[in-house]
Amino acid sequence: MEPLIQVRNLHYSYPDGTPALRGVNFELWPAETVAVLGANGSGKTTFLLHLLGLVGGKSEGDVTVRGLAVEKKNLTKIRRMIGMLFQDSDDQLFMPTVEEDVAFGPLNMGLAPAEVERRVRQSLRQVGMEHVGSRPPYHLSAGEKRRVALAGVLAMSPEMILLDEPSTFLDPPARSSLVEILRSLPQAQCLVTHDLTLARQLASRAVYFEKGEITLQGGVDDVIAQAGWEAPDGRRSGVLR
Amino acid sequence: MHPLAFERWSAGETRHHQLDARVKLLAALGLLLVIAWTGRSSAAAFGGYFLLLTSFLWAARIPLAGSLLRTFMVLPFVAGVVILNLWGGDPARAILTMARGMFSAYTAIALLSTTPFPALMRGLERLRVPPFLIMVLHFVYRYLFLLTNQAQDMLRARRCRAPEPRRRSRFWSASAGAVAILFARGYNRAERIHHAMLARGFESHFPVMHARQTPSADWWWLAGVLVLMAAIHVAARTWPL
Repeated sequence: MEPLIQVRNLHYSYPDGTPALRGVNFELWPAETVAVLGANGSGKTTFLLHLLGLVGGKSEGDVTVRGLAVEKKNLTKIRRMIGMLFQDSDDQLFMPTVEEDVAFGPLNMGLAPAEVERRVRQSLRQVGMEHVGSRPPYHLSAGEKRRVALAGVLAMSPEMILLDEPSTFLDPPARSSLVEILRSLPQAQCLVTHDLTLARQLASRAVYFEKGEITLQGGVDDVIAQAGWEAPDGRRSGVLR
Repeated sequence: MHPLAFERWSAGETRHHQLDARVKLLAALGLLLVIAWTGRSSAAAFGGYFLLLTSFLWAARIPLAGSLLRTFMVLPFVAGVVILNLWGGDPARAILTMARGMFSAYTAIALLSTTPFPALMRGLERLRVPPFLIMVLHFVYRYLFLLTNQAQDMLRARRCRAPEPRRRSRFWSASAGAVAILFARGYNRAERIHHAMLARGFESHFPVMHARQTPSADWWWLAGVLVLMAAIHVAARTWPL
């Protein structure tokens, strides 16, 4: 079996010369969920953006998605295979209505209008948001926005999903609802989070970023313990402080 | 002027709300042109335009007092010209300039309060307005709320730390700094939005989901309104006050 995503010795520096990624090696396998943990500024989001070819500037190393190198000529195919849920849903929801926003990806894929409408209905139903189709996205709550943003990703039928801090800004009910939806998805998922409970609920393994390097990997509990992220009194801490 | 009022009003379900956005855009454009052509000799036409617009708003069940009050928003923009006319000893021209400005605003209000923003954008699209211009309008409207909220948050934070600025110069330098930060945040957000668009296959073209046919009754409505406008204008010229 081939990994869906394979990263070998990836190095990247920001345009000002600050190193962001230093020799990252990573694999994502079908149907698994990997938690990507690490402190702020450790390179997690930059790493995710690399998988979609969204980072400008020069990088070294190999990044392949289903055997395709992440380079300009393959980006259209790669972006159809990978869906990404961004940290701030307001960055992701830019069309005038929810329906149009969810349809944005499928229309860009060149699908027929009937198929686009089918996918829009199906993905909104999948996240329980079929009743807001005609509403403007900016009037939705944070939880609703997150679910609509996820519908926009699902409408493209990706093979894998990258999630950047999906539980940020969500209240407990919205968070629980998101967990249920993410659990029900068959796609492989790469979950960047500080929310340890979420990592434990969804991921089967974890990697830990430190100053642009993956310094720990293994079971979620082991990585959390080795990273010293457990609460001092031995209780399982919910969110990293 | 709060844009939410227009959103609430434009969500109505009267016949006037249901008219095709293109038809309303063309009618508004026609009215703006005749307003611009209305001179001193045909000033009586303003009475006709007032009746036309007010009856439209009344039939669409839009609050008349609220609409009329909002026409005053145009005053700061025409104030300079009005003052210059008064200064030059031509009060009649000053009144005419103010009337043109306020009637143009009243026309825009009639359009915005009966046409939801998404429909308006689709109407512009179908009238072959350049997509880039529509995209800019669309993003300005979409992210105006977010930038306004951010500006309000920053203002609140500043008030918490400096309830009464001791020196006026310090107040202005702090405000200038806040504007610079807002600009930088806006720039960063624009970059994130662009990433989110690329991740869903955006290739510099906004796809359209629906392409609804315009009922012929809507075109007849437009023809009737244009004839009425022309009749008002001609009558005012023929029988000046």
